[in-house]
Amino acid sequence: MTIEALKEKITALLPSVLFEEGGQWPTILVEPADWHKVAVLLRQDDSLSFDFLFCLTCIDWKTHLTMVYHLDATSYRHNLVVKVKVEKVNPAIETVSDIWQTANFHEREVYEMFGVNFLNHPDLRLLILPDGWEGKNPLLKDFEDPINMIKL
Amino acid sequence: MVEEIGSTAAGDIIINVGPQHPATHGVLHLVITINGETIQKVEPHLGYIHRSIEKMCESLTYRQFIYVTSRMDYLSSHINNHACALCVEKGLQIEVPSRAQVIRVLMDELTRIASHELWWGAMAMDLGAFTPFFHAFREREAINDIMEETCGARLTMNYMVPGGVMQDIHPNFQSRVKEFIALFKSKVSEYNELVTGNIIFQNRMKGVGNLSAADAISFGCTGPTARGSGVSCDIRKLYPYEIYDTLNFEEILETGGDSFARYMVRVREMSQSISIIEQLIDNIPEGDFQAKTKAVLKLPKGEFYQRVETARGEFGVYIVSEGGTTPYRIKYRSPGFSNLSALDHMARGSKLGDLVAMMGTLDLVIPDIDR
Repeated sequence: MTIEALKEKITALLPSVLFEEGGQWPTILVEPADWHKVAVLLRQDDSLSFDFLFCLTCIDWKTHLTMVYHLDATSYRHNLVVKVKVEKVNPAIETVSDIWQTANFHEREVYEMFGVNFLNHPDLRLLILPDGWEGKNPLLKDFEDPINMIKL
Repeated sequence: MVEEIGSTAAGDIIINVGPQHPATHGVLHLVITINGETIQKVEPHLGYIHRSIEKMCESLTYRQFIYVTSRMDYLSSHINNHACALCVEKGLQIEVPSRAQVIRVLMDELTRIASHELWWGAMAMDLGAFTPFFHAFREREAINDIMEETCGARLTMNYMVPGGVMQDIHPNFQSRVKEFIALFKSKVSEYNELVTGNIIFQNRMKGVGNLSAADAISFGCTGPTARGSGVSCDIRKLYPYEIYDTLNFEEILETGGDSFARYMVRVREMSQSISIIEQLIDNIPEGDFQAKTKAVLKLPKGEFYQRVETARGEFGVYIVSEGGTTPYRIKYRSPGFSNLSALDHMARGSKLGDLVAMMGTLDLVIPDIDR
C-alpha cells in the first residue's frame, strides 16, 4: 500500500485523527482517551493489520509528554507512527500490552523513566531501576541527581 | 521486590538464577518459580549494568554519542555505530562515498560472524561441551586481529563516523580477510560435526523453547530468534540500507520455532555473511573513505529513525532533534530487550534444565538490554 492509500484508509477508518507532516513515515496524532480503541482498530483491521510494535517510547517536552509508538505490518510492510500527548502532571494512558505483548516491557521502562501510569497494565513495576526509585524519573528533563549523575 | 528463596502454599519453589551465574552471560537476574522441575514463571530483573546511555547521549554531540553505543551491544559494536552514523547522515543528508559504504558493510558482516562465533561457542559451553568454545575463538581471533589492524580496537571499534569511516583500511586488510575466509571455510564443517549433528545436542535443543510465529511478532522478537519461527524480519532485505540491496544473499528462515531452529539460523547465517564478504572484498572502490562534513554537526529540527540488522536482531536509533548540536532525545530500540521479554512465555511448562538451552539460543547480551 502506498503512503497516500494508507493515509486514505486510516482517514476512512478514523475520521477524527490528525496527520503530522514531515516525518519519515505517516504520523498520526491521537487523543489519550481514544488511544486504546484506535490501537485495536490498527491491529485488527484486515488491510492495516499493524502486528509489530517495533518501538515504544516517550519524549519529555517540558510542558507535556508525548508517547510515540512505531508500528509495522509484517504482512504488508507498511509503517505508521502514532503520537499521543499526555499531561506532564500525573501522566496516564491506557496500556496496549493486551494488543502487542512487547508493550509489557516497554511500558514498564517508560513508567520508571518518565513516570507515565499505564492503566490496566498487568504488571506495572520498576524493570531496570533498583527498588526505591519510584517517583524519581531519570529521563525527565528536570531530573536532578547530584550524587549519581555526572554532567557531561 | 526480589523474592527470597522460599516456597508458596501451592508447593511452588522460588529460586534465583544470577545476577552472577555463568549461564546468563552477564549480570542478568532471573527469579524462577518452579514446581518440582517444571517452570511456572520466569521473571527477569534487569538493570545491573544500566548506565542510562539514553540520558547520557542527550548531552553529547552528534560526533560523540556514537562512541557510547559501542558499549551497548559490544559484540555488534560496528553495527550499532553504523546505525547511529546512518541516522545522523539521514538528518544532515550527507552522501557517503561508495568506498566507505563497502567498507562499512564488510565490517558489519565480519562483526556478525564474530558475534555468531562467540554465541556458538558459549552456547555449546552452556550445554556442557567445553571444546567448541576453543574452536569458535580460534576463528573469532582472526577477525579480531583484522579489526585491530584497521580500527585499532578489538571490541569497541568506534570506526564508523558520520560521513564514512574514521580512517582508511589497513593495506593488509584485503589479504587478511581472504585468509580468514579460507580458514573459516576449512573449519565450518567441524562445527557441524562437533555440535550440529551431535545426537546429545539435538536431543537437548529440539522441541525446547517453542515460540510460534504470531507470538514472535507480538513479543517484538527480531533477528535469528524470530527467523527461527519463520518470521521474515531481516532489515537488510526488507528495508535495505547502505548497499545491501545490490548484494546477493539469502534471508535464512527456519520453521521449527524451537531452540534448534534458532541455532540453525545462526549457523547458516555465518555462511551468508561469508558470501557477502566474498562479493565485496575484491570490489572495494577507490576514492574517499569519508565525506567532507562540518566540524560541528547540527541536525535540523525533526525526528529521524534508522533501523539496522545487528547479529541479534533489529536495532533502532530514534533521534529527536530541536536543531541544536546535541540530540533532544535519543531512544535505542535494542533487539535483546524484546527478545528477552519472550523468555517467560517460552519457558512456562518446560523443565528447569532446558532454560539454559532457551537462553543460549536467545543470544542475550546484557548491556544491550539494560543500556
